[in-house]
Amino acid sequence: MNAYVGTPTSRIDGRAKVTGAAKYAGEFSADGLVHGFVVEATIPRGRIVRLDATEALKVAGVLEVLTHAHRPPLADKDEAWKDEVAPEGLPFRPLYDDMIKFNGQPIALVVAEEWETAKFAATLVRIDYEQDGFATDLEAERGRASEMDKPHKPRGDAKAALAAAALRHEADYLVPTEHHNPMELYATTTVWEGGGKLTVYDKTQGVQNVQKFLCAVFDKKPEEIRVLSPYVGGAFGSGLRPQYQVVLATLAALALKRSVRVVLTRQQMYGLGYRPMTIEHVALGARPDGTLDAISHEAIAVTSRYEDFSRNDTGWAEQLYKSSNSHFSHKLVDLDVSTPCDMRAPGAASGVCALECAMDELAVALKLDPIELRLKCYSDRDQSEGLPYTSKQLRQCYARGGEAFGWARRNPAPRSMREGKELVGWGMATGVWEALQMPVAVRIVLTANGHAEVSCAASDIGTGTYTIVAQVAADALGLPIENISVRLADSTLPQAPVEGGSWMAASSAHAVLGAAEEIRRELVHLAKAIPGSPLADLDAAAVTLVDGMIAGNGKSGAAVSIPDAMRHSKLERIEKEKLNQFAEDKSHARNTHSAVFAEVKIDEELGVIRVTRVVSAVAAGRILNTKTGRSQIMGGVVWGIGMALHEETVMDHRFGRIMNANIAEYHIPVNADIRDIDVIFVDEPDDRINRLGIKGLGEIGIVGVPAAIANAVYHATGKRIRRFPITLDKLLD
Amino acid sequence: MNNFQYSRAGDVADAIRLLAADPGAKLIAGGTNLIDLMKENVERPSRLIDISRLPLRDIEETADGGLRIGALVPNSDLAYHPLINQRYPLLASAILAGASAQLRNMASVGGNLMQRTRCPYFYDTATPCNKRRPGTGCSALDGLNRNHAILGTSKSCIATNPSDMSVALAALGALVHIAGPMGARSVALTDFHRLPDDKPNLDTILGRSEIITAIELPPHSFPRNYSYLKIRDRLSYAFALVSVAAAIELEGNAISEARLALGGVAHKPWRSMEAEAALRGQAATPDHFGHAADLLLQGATPRAHNGFKIALARRAVVRALIQAASATPQSQAHKKIA
Amino acid sequence: MADITDQIPERIPINLVVNGARRTLEVMPWTTLLDALRDRLDLTGTKKGCDHGQCGACTVLVEGRRVNSCLTLAVMKDGAEVTTIEGLVKDGALHPLQQAFIDHDAFQCGYCTPGQICSAAGLLAEGRARDADEIRELMSGNLCRCGAYPNIVAAIEQAMSRS
Repeated sequence: MNAYVGTPTSRIDGRAKVTGAAKYAGEFSADGLVHGFVVEATIPRGRIVRLDATEALKVAGVLEVLTHAHRPPLADKDEAWKDEVAPEGLPFRPLYDDMIKFNGQPIALVVAEEWETAKFAATLVRIDYEQDGFATDLEAERGRASEMDKPHKPRGDAKAALAAAALRHEADYLVPTEHHNPMELYATTTVWEGGGKLTVYDKTQGVQNVQKFLCAVFDKKPEEIRVLSPYVGGAFGSGLRPQYQVVLATLAALALKRSVRVVLTRQQMYGLGYRPMTIEHVALGARPDGTLDAISHEAIAVTSRYEDFSRNDTGWAEQLYKSSNSHFSHKLVDLDVSTPCDMRAPGAASGVCALECAMDELAVALKLDPIELRLKCYSDRDQSEGLPYTSKQLRQCYARGGEAFGWARRNPAPRSMREGKELVGWGMATGVWEALQMPVAVRIVLTANGHAEVSCAASDIGTGTYTIVAQVAADALGLPIENISVRLADSTLPQAPVEGGSWMAASSAHAVLGAAEEIRRELVHLAKAIPGSPLADLDAAAVTLVDGMIAGNGKSGAAVSIPDAMRHSKLERIEKEKLNQFAEDKSHARNTHSAVFAEVKIDEELGVIRVTRVVSAVAAGRILNTKTGRSQIMGGVVWGIGMALHEETVMDHRFGRIMNANIAEYHIPVNADIRDIDVIFVDEPDDRINRLGIKGLGEIGIVGVPAAIANAVYHATGKRIRRFPITLDKLLD
Repeated sequence: MNNFQYSRAGDVADAIRLLAADPGAKLIAGGTNLIDLMKENVERPSRLIDISRLPLRDIEETADGGLRIGALVPNSDLAYHPLINQRYPLLASAILAGASAQLRNMASVGGNLMQRTRCPYFYDTATPCNKRRPGTGCSALDGLNRNHAILGTSKSCIATNPSDMSVALAALGALVHIAGPMGARSVALTDFHRLPDDKPNLDTILGRSEIITAIELPPHSFPRNYSYLKIRDRLSYAFALVSVAAAIELEGNAISEARLALGGVAHKPWRSMEAEAALRGQAATPDHFGHAADLLLQGATPRAHNGFKIALARRAVVRALIQAASATPQSQAHKKIA
Repeated sequence: MADITDQIPERIPINLVVNGARRTLEVMPWTTLLDALRDRLDLTGTKKGCDHGQCGACTVLVEGRRVNSCLTLAVMKDGAEVTTIEGLVKDGALHPLQQAFIDHDAFQCGYCTPGQICSAAGLLAEGRARDADEIRELMSGNLCRCGAYPNIVAAIEQAMSRS
């Protein structure tokens, strides 16, 4: 194999996307489709005393107003509401009871013949609340933080080592609340198929997760609910858990026995998950030569009152930097807000940002080059478990990234580089993420005309799963990629977990290999069965699929075409499904790494920051598709720029309301903010991690980028900004 | 969005009649701000009067050598018009600093003057706001006010006017031509927008049944020494934290005429005759520019989060004047600030 | 509540020429061009990303000019010529911008893509962008959360050089 894997193959879903043919969740239609519009709470905590829909129901075209007091049954058992990635706690249940748990909570669904009617009528629903005292401010409530989980066991005595250290750096870094803001609005179209059956088009990263969840919540049999998300307009973690609109659309469909679409507004999307505001406290103790004696990293993060969401913010130093003493803690403060959720590189994006800013500060204090310090502390083992890595080419990332960036030409003194009225800053940081893999099943249907359909329940959220599945299948089946069609994101297809954590590339690719191997065996068997087959004497293992042929290895030239083999046995199709499970191997740590270099130019007087260059050198095993892979890293860099300079969900704690719940004032980078981004894939052969040596790319692209930019800002200005985002007012004296 | 009736005005007089007949009616041209606010339930007109087809799309020279711009000229057409480019490049630059290419294609000149504040409390119907609901209080005073006004504020409102175009028009001394039931009148652009005082619900002096018909630019056009410098939280498609329209005329190195206006700092484009007078007759030096900036910012009062705007505005004024004096105006596409 | 149920306006018949075909439909005064295209004409290629003119996903060409269809009332465009992403394909052949977006991998999730391409088509017709910085600035009304901006600029440069 290897005609497509590793090449810059264009997306196979490209034509559908550039022509507008690709249909997203809120774009499927059905006979008699009606529209639901959500009414949301405007207080953060309390109780609904009265909810009066009389005026709304008078509007011509309004069919129904569903509320906690007026709706079909919803499951009462807590377990029914726990999806496969739910955190500890009691999940939120939309329209379940009169309790208000967060501002923006859905409290009614107005259903009308037309969307505009529902939207208008929603403004006529009158609600009286009994408001309770509430708290939404993490910094004010910091004292209530309680220890959740220790991501890594402490080693040695970090406290004592810090106290004794020749040089100590200790600081708080603050990462604000951020929202995913995928371009597609959260949407569900639930199609009433009759007989109690429902087809649900949902904006989700996991159709089977949603399907199981809906069956539990609505007490349905598995065959009664089918969930699809053939195209997902960005998700970044926001679609890992079932979003409340899928419950509401389905609830309304059951109530009305009609097909219902519910699309949230951009503002309403802020009532769902987000990256939690986190105070990251990092303390480093070092010797003058840069040897680390102690690392301490504590995170204090927001969660809701009803669920404990926590991720691994701290502990990444265990992967990166040698230290004989270490201490990690993760604390939560429960507030009157909705539960946070995973957002691109959850934990690492925030935690490594703090760690890498702290390392930069330590390098400055030690008068060491930031790369030199990192190489001095470079860890060839995951210290938490004392394990070697399946592969770790981070040294190469530093070397190749630094070379491409021109790091050697950097004058280390802050404020030493300038161009006209602009200060120039060069900063760098390390990125790290996990190389995870999960069980995935794939079905391949090969037809005698040499076409294959590959199917799996996995979602492609823009990450390129359609394309890599086709590439791996084309290589494994020896067919041109044009002969491969891929079906994804249908709950009736073979099993897949939610699409997230950077695990889908390795997981789906190996599942394709497994199913393709079954096809190959069958074809060899068929080919050998042909009277006088040129393959008759060959060992099955010595026969591969190549160029549409079932061919003996080597130069024998013995081959049978796939159509001949199948037609001889009067087979029109061969169907094979295989679940791939990776053998458990706890002998090695599995991680991806990166070295990120950023150049900023900052107007000295006005504080305007331009990120003019970023080089991201990534070690992530074998890259299945260098074209889409490069795009993924580039996108991660853009996210990192946003995290460094722009993104912040702002709340008025007097009201417990988000005051920039839109995408005009919640800034994400626009085209003009993004200049040169150079992506380098460092060669990282890895024959231990999995057969193809794949590690995944979805998260690693963002990790380290915000710190590299913050460090560049320091280098340019001499100002260390520890509260993100770094807006220009923070640079003005 | 509320339910409303729709009428199409046949001519200006018709528009005025329709306005007068329905106290809840509003005019719509480009709709870029009004539709947005209607979708937020901030604006709830009983009737929209479509004026987009009225013949107010000409740009013509006036007898005194100025230009008269029809109120319905799209922002982009104005910015790219040869006469504007050659003679009033400050205006072109300011327009191109605002919004996006799409919005500029839609938005009319008259509508741009009518755009309302981006104050988040004004937009959020769940919070008190005197501008949206008089008498409910101003949430920004002691709330999130990083992007609020530092000049001309009142106890009722510290909102800013978000327009870029208006800042340049203020500097250029533009006139606003208005038609109404009582006939036509014209006011200086600097008098068109109001300070909030105790009636922040009123952004402008436009009467209920009046319509903007044209903007007039006086002959003084500052074709060479000008700059529109907009400072914002990202490099494009964001509202100003502070913006400066600067225009001067030089005789040698001496300033013979000067115009300065600030955006993002007040309920209206902020001009100071005193600051401009202080520049006249002076050498074009950073010191003199700084002095003018201080005069322009006289009385600036910070709230909890917007104190940075005072220093930022001062520096931006100086920089914009340096750019103007050296005939190197700020490019809106090339983001380096020379 | 003067603005509720007592005075529901009549539906207003309008004509649009959408992608070259004359379409007659009845709309309410508040129906936006975006909702008319997506919900009435089933042209779902035009996307709704914010419904407030903040993201550009709804960009279409009206009389050849790029506009945000979410802030455009359909009734106000009676008689207008509208081009959507579906109308850029001619006789099955992709528009040069569509091909360039594929060639340069100028999208990931694809949701902003129709708006980006229509906006880029408007940009080319305007003829104001002469270098990459000007493309970046004049395409800044189209957000891409996947962060494909450098590839979008490269794709537009390709289409520009070939047109």
